[in-house]
Amino acid sequence: MTQLSVKDAIKAFLHLHIRGVQVRDADDIFVMGLVSSLFAMQLVEFTETRFGIEIGPDDLLLDNFRSVNALSALVGRKTSAEGA
Amino acid sequence: MNLALTDPQAQARAEFAAFAAEHVAPLADAIDREERVPRSLIARLARAGYLASGLPSELGGGNADPVIHGLMHEVLGAASASVQGLVNVHHMAASSLIRWGTAAQKLRWLPRFASGELLAAFALTEPDVGSDGQVATRAVRAGDHDRLTGTKRWITGGALADVFVVFARGGDGPAAFIVPAETPGLTRTPIPGLLGCRGYMLASLQLDDCRIPVEDRIGAEGFGLSHVLATGLDHGRHNLAWSCVGQAQACLDASLRYADQRTQFGAPIASFQLIQRLLTQMIVGVHGARLLCWRAAQARSDRLPNALYETLIAKYHASTMLNDVADHALQIHGANGCGSDYPIQRYLRDARIMEIIEGSTQMLEIMIARLGATELVAPPAPRATGARTR
Repeated sequence: MTQLSVKDAIKAFLHLHIRGVQVRDADDIFVMGLVSSLFAMQLVEFTETRFGIEIGPDDLLLDNFRSVNALSALVGRKTSAEGA
Repeated sequence: MNLALTDPQAQARAEFAAFAAEHVAPLADAIDREERVPRSLIARLARAGYLASGLPSELGGGNADPVIHGLMHEVLGAASASVQGLVNVHHMAASSLIRWGTAAQKLRWLPRFASGELLAAFALTEPDVGSDGQVATRAVRAGDHDRLTGTKRWITGGALADVFVVFARGGDGPAAFIVPAETPGLTRTPIPGLLGCRGYMLASLQLDDCRIPVEDRIGAEGFGLSHVLATGLDHGRHNLAWSCVGQAQACLDASLRYADQRTQFGAPIASFQLIQRLLTQMIVGVHGARLLCWRAAQARSDRLPNALYETLIAKYHASTMLNDVADHALQIHGANGCGSDYPIQRYLRDARIMEIIEGSTQMLEIMIARLGATELVAPPAPRATGARTR
């Protein structure tokens, strides 16, 4: 899956949760107040099941989740690491 | 669509029921009266694999199927809500560790959780902290340790557990810690006289500068509530939803028996239509809540994105349904239901607790309404052609 399609998939998922708000790739979704405590775990679950990766305690950094770009980069790193 | 238990699920349920009928249900009244669950029963539950349920098989766990795990909680709830509650908080603590623990943490702790060598509990609530989760207990980093200071209250299993998952606020936000009960500086004070679930063995925990090694922190600071706590609560709601179905089934079974045996005006009261209405409402209520539990468990098994939402719905409906059903059971039993010869008064008192813990009814209403408004949990229906008017 290309980085572009990873970002598209993440944005499509975000839009299901935050209807009516346009999120750009670099927007900080935490600063924008778009991530509730309920949604935080759903975002993890989505990322794991959609991209076939495992997110563990070492990945729990805000910098991995704060934007579409950040999440896409995490997926990219995990995919290449787990596929290596 | 096939809404039925598989053969292995049905067989597991039968085995749970046989165990509970022999070892748990006969103790339920004494547990309620004496406000304690005998350690011998915990040991028996451990030997039978109940504490290992839902834990990874490679670390000694079993019942990987969420339906079978749920059936176990349903049967335990029917036999004794207090016993189910102790097993529930053990599983909540374990679930947080399973989901967010490091490989080393899992290897160190989970086999002992699974075997029952360690009974675990979940320490979030504080005297001034409930639904908002904004814990005041502090975790101050000091070298390779965190020093925890604060007070926890209403901790289920607090008087009995060997180890706690404790939530505290660190320098970078909330975090979760594995805290053995014998940690210097940790004292616990039992809280007797509860309305219901009197065998929960509640306690207050006083943490006075408890030194916890950094390697016993679960996940990163800042993620203690949003991820570690959320995982435990999600599992707790799932377990409790099933327990509520079991408790309601117990109310229903007792009421069906009683209505057949109790004679007034020369006939069993089961022949009276107003009693039949109560029984029908109970039957339909239990039926519906059970289906919601099946649906939630299947969503969890399939790792569907709506699994958390389905679990919220199941817990909300099952706990509110249970209170109606327990109330009906008391009405059918009349004065006998109020006395100590029948378990109905215990069922009613236990039922009331279910709407308070693992998310009060009101908190669940907020969460369900919020999630229900997103397309995340309910993909939009196909658009009809042509404009809709209303």
